[in-house]
Amino acid sequence: MSNVSAYINASCIVRGNTVVKNGVRAYEAPPGETLPEFLRSLYDRYSGQYPKFHKMDLLSKLGWAATEILLQEVPMEQYAPEDTGVILANTSSSLDTDERYAETMKEIASPALFVYTLPNIVIGEISIRHKFKGENAFFVADAFDIPFMTGYVQQLLNEGTLQAAVCGWVEQYHSGHDAALFLVEKQPRNGSLPFTANEVEKLYR
Amino acid sequence: MEKLMADLKVQIIQQLNLQEVKPEDIGNDQPLFKEGLGLDSIDALELIVLLQQHHNIRIANPEDGPEIFYSVRTMAEYITAEKSKQG
Repeated sequence: MSNVSAYINASCIVRGNTVVKNGVRAYEAPPGETLPEFLRSLYDRYSGQYPKFHKMDLLSKLGWAATEILLQEVPMEQYAPEDTGVILANTSSSLDTDERYAETMKEIASPALFVYTLPNIVIGEISIRHKFKGENAFFVADAFDIPFMTGYVQQLLNEGTLQAAVCGWVEQYHSGHDAALFLVEKQPRNGSLPFTANEVEKLYR
Repeated sequence: MEKLMADLKVQIIQQLNLQEVKPEDIGNDQPLFKEGLGLDSIDALELIVLLQQHHNIRIANPEDGPEIFYSVRTMAEYITAEKSKQG
């Protein structure tokens, strides 16, 4: 299996209220901005016109907003929906929302919170937005296992299961957040990097 | 009734987190679901929670939901009728 049979065609890191797109700092929130405020500012800056965003939990908002930034100006509609997928991982699963939901159970349990008590819901929100219908998976691990993630996605591409994937790490618990998303495709675009664990590691760190 | 409908619009926006909707955007007779405000099935459950939390009303028959939650006016009429039953 060749290590350069797929390419990282875009990357987006959202960490510490800062956005880095394709290795370049793109946005930094004003000091003191809370995570909900920061995510709202990303929505206003990079998207808008998607009221469902406001109903999402913070994990989904983070992954959704990072994907909006990642896929800006990328013609994903060139792919059949079944050829595009999302593979993500994190360490806190949906614990932040689980706790909020448990709190509501003391009075009247919130249906709107309940539907976000699984981490893979963020994949659903991204897929609905971008009409992705291909393979998806969400892994929960102690840390971002980059060799595992690159190996898994590479195999999906090699097998022809997917032609393009959004993959990476979407972690959120309370105000802590760390999203690192990568657009991986079989064909290179301008500024492509080879899709290897080493390149992902360099972008992530 | 007008005051109740105005309050309901604020409560709906808060309960359903409709951050880009203002009370004046919601017509009294505008359908809340599908072609109207575009609410979904989870929103329907949240409206049931809203009735319990804000108006202390439990819907006895879930099949009445589509009629009760058709519009702000039908919600207000239902609340008014239930309150009068409660005395």
